[in-house]
Amino acid sequence: MIDIQDLNVTFSTGADLVHAVKNVSCRITAGESFGLVGESGSGKSTVLRALCGLATDWSGRVSIDGEALEPTARRSDSFYKTVQMVFQDPYGSLHPRHTVNRILSEPIAIQGLDKPGPRVEEALEQVGLGHGFRFRFPHQLSGGQRQRVAIARALILKPKILLLDEPTSALDVSVQAEVLNLLMRLREELSLTFVLVSHDLAVVSHICDRIAVMRNGEVVEEVTADELARGEPGQRYTRQLLVASRGYDREAIDQFEDFG
Amino acid sequence: MSDHLLSVRDLSVSFDTRKGLVEAVRGVSFNLGREKLGIVGESGSGKSQTGRALLRLTPPPGRVTASTMTFDGIDLLAASDRQLRDLRGGRISMVMQDPKYSLNPVMTVGRQISEAYRAHAKASKAVAKAKSLEMLEAVRIRDPERVYRAYPHEVSGGMGQRIMIAMMLITDPDLLIADEPTSALDVTVQLQVLAILDDLVTTRGLGLIFISHDLNLVASFCDRILVMYGGQVMEELAAAELHQAQHPYTKGLLNCLPQIDARHAALPVLTRDPAWLL
Repeated sequence: MIDIQDLNVTFSTGADLVHAVKNVSCRITAGESFGLVGESGSGKSTVLRALCGLATDWSGRVSIDGEALEPTARRSDSFYKTVQMVFQDPYGSLHPRHTVNRILSEPIAIQGLDKPGPRVEEALEQVGLGHGFRFRFPHQLSGGQRQRVAIARALILKPKILLLDEPTSALDVSVQAEVLNLLMRLREELSLTFVLVSHDLAVVSHICDRIAVMRNGEVVEEVTADELARGEPGQRYTRQLLVASRGYDREAIDQFEDFG
Repeated sequence: MSDHLLSVRDLSVSFDTRKGLVEAVRGVSFNLGREKLGIVGESGSGKSQTGRALLRLTPPPGRVTASTMTFDGIDLLAASDRQLRDLRGGRISMVMQDPKYSLNPVMTVGRQISEAYRAHAKASKAVAKAKSLEMLEAVRIRDPERVYRAYPHEVSGGMGQRIMIAMMLITDPDLLIADEPTSALDVTVQLQVLAILDDLVTTRGLGLIFISHDLNLVASFCDRILVMYGGQVMEELAAAELHQAQHPYTKGLLNCLPQIDARHAALPVLTRDPAWLL
């Protein structure tokens, strides 16, 4: 479904060149749920942004659903019907002066699809928001409800792949549980392929079967959620992340290494 | 009562808004000795407003009432502005969430730390500098001289937060209020910063109020926990006994966290009971 070979992404500002992603390769099959986990600056979000065309300065071979991608060429309309993205901040990713209806209708209009009304209703239904939410503005919604709208907007074109960039890290834990349950249910019902980016090892291992651990733009290792559950990842870096995610332990912290 | 550093009874914070009276904190009571107390809650639970009210930092339309709010025998509600100025940053310090916003971007780190020291102690610039460097070393900054001369944008987030801690502890306070001090940091850096805070709190015998949304972190870091919801304390318990929590809200918060070593198809969802707030 998604095939990435030797992906390199750079950002240049003036004389500075930042090599954000270095030789990342992975193959994600249809219906799979793949996770990218790492600390800030590890390049995990940049991989997603290169996939969906938001970062254009990359090299390597990337193909999605059989379609080879070019770094700077405009993506075809059918690409956006296959791949949709959900962003981290539900406060920033919805237009504050557009109603939910208008937010959800926009992708339909861009793609020139018919029957916008029923499609909006269906998408709201899918994410567990009733039609009472259709004509509200984002400021009239809670953080969890906004994220549901963002998920509905991604689903409205019936994509095969959802790219999720930290979809729950701006939410309270109880709301996070609801959104994670929603994502799990939707993946089952609509046989979606997920690529989830998160800094939270527990969230990634809950949603994903296979996880790539990233550091400084490189993939440190690929582990399965079961290997993490058994507490036996191969690399020391992953083990340290695992220990850190269990909470405060004064002795363990003295053992922490600086991986730079 | 007198053996408590801080004693709070029936603390309430309310705001008059266009939509009527909003009660952010409703009747919170607790005592604090020289220990680590965690206040946990979700957004809107009133945990931060509780921390601010202790320093009388509630923003203007807000009203703070309490039957008792004393710090080491000083009635905080009756204290004059002058007394409060001495207390704030002097005997009670506060560390905020994001070092990017709490440090002055156009002042070097060293000047800011020295300023904090000189605001409370009569000391020459040279003494303040020596003291600041010593403090930077105490928060395990490897090259204190360089960091002393640096501007906040030249240091990382983890270092920024250590600088904040250095600045807050340089006046040798008795009580430190830390409001989500490490939430903006990566997990490993977060724990390293907490370890520094832990060591300083223990060696100097401080009282610490640690405000956070992360129940597991608070439970593993603090001695005692207050769980807040809707402006009220739902449950007070020893951190070690978290897993024997009685209140459905505390249990709900614990259960809805995804677990790495026990994968479930669906997470239990927290259902809120209006009766909790009666």
